Amino acid sequence: MTGNTQTDTAITIRNLVVDYGPRRILNDINLDIPSGQIMVIMGQSGAGKSTLLRCILGLKKPTSGSIHMLGTDIATASQKEIYKARKQIGVAFQGGALFSSMTVGENIELPLREHTNLDEKTIQIMSRIKLDMVNMLDAEHLMVAELSGGMAKRAALARAIIMDPKLLFFDEPSAGLDPSTAAELDQLIITLKISLGMTIVVVTHELDSIFKIADHIAVMKDGNIVETGTPQQISASTNPEIQGLLNRKPRETIVDTDAHLRRLTGGF
Amino acid sequence: MECNVKSEFGYDLLELSGEVDLQFSPQLREKILGSLKTGNPLLIDLAKVSYIDSSGIASLVEGFQTAKTSKLQYGLLNISNTAMQVLTLTRLDKIFDLYSSIDQFKQKLQ
Ligand SMILES: Nc1ncnc2c1ncn2[C@@H]1O[C@H](COP(=O)(O)OP(=O)(O)OP(=O)(O)O)[C@@H](O)[C@H]1O
Ligand SMILES: [Mg+2]
Repeated sequence: MTGNTQTDTAITIRNLVVDYGPRRILNDINLDIPSGQIMVIMGQSGAGKSTLLRCILGLKKPTSGSIHMLGTDIATASQKEIYKARKQIGVAFQGGALFSSMTVGENIELPLREHTNLDEKTIQIMSRIKLDMVNMLDAEHLMVAELSGGMAKRAALARAIIMDPKLLFFDEPSAGLDPSTAAELDQLIITLKISLGMTIVVVTHELDSIFKIADHIAVMKDGNIVETGTPQQISASTNPEIQGLLNRKPRETIVDTDAHLRRLTGGF
Repeated sequence: MECNVKSEFGYDLLELSGEVDLQFSPQLREKILGSLKTGNPLLIDLAKVSYIDSSGIASLVEGFQTAKTSKLQYGLLNISNTAMQVLTLTRLDKIFDLYSSIDQFKQKLQ
């Protein structure tokens, strides 16, 4: 293995180690993220998924290892190089992070105002094209506080793709959405891949969503990637850890119902 | 990106080639709006466009709106599969007048 970026690989991660103080959070991660496909990263809460995304985005400097993306090693790049790479990256994070003092339209136009010298009219049409893609054209003038959870997620997605990024990162896109809104969002993610050829990395716990959108799945546990493969391969895995994540067995069987009831009611 | 406007008999032909992205779409916009100011119908040939981003599409949309206001014919010629997918995704395929030959556009002018 040389660590060179292959043409069909959008992101190559080698021997990535991250510590927070004395705690090792990521432990020798190796991962190839293929171009133009959807990679889902799954794993228990605390496994290190968000930390991995933060490293790829250059928001967290790893302790050691390399992350090759868009011709740059993000792990060792300068702030200026990271900034340049980030213009080609769209991010929609846990929590959305839209500015509540602005309208939806203003939020979506913001990256264009910050990074380009495009004409006002061009900016407005671009913003409306993206709002139309996420089915939110009517919400352009609403304040962020007036949006439902699903609308806020879609608005965040519209903003993430406003610059036509080559790479799109999503942390928990469908968490907290009702099934039909979540399914809509899944369909949108697939459409972005097919129509715009984007490479998309999604962190999610939602099993329905994973098996609908993923071309590849990486399963994380305690700072390691324990398995990678297609949805079929992951689904067929005999690793008990993965079977557990796939809800194939109950987390804990209640043996002593009286004890459990006491635990819930706290000694009445 | 290359972008040349030719005066044909009764209309302008804008030949576009290469990558139309954030860097070049302002130039495309200027050429389109400049051509429409002359009062001629405009046909934009996209056959040699290898990539067009949404800023390029936005310039095409603004041009279309401007042409409509001035009651000028405005057509897109030889749109590539990839560009077509972007148009379809944003339902613009239903809005633009799309042509596969110059003759088709000329007939529309009569
Ligand atoms: N800024 C930080 N400082 C110290 N420890 C951190 C920091 N951020 C994350 N951690 C720790 O790193 C570990 C991995 O966290 P991370 O947020 O990457 O998990 P995750 O897989 O995204 O979990 P979830 O599914 O709950 O979002 C956790 O144990 C967390 O406590
Ligand atoms: Mg997380």
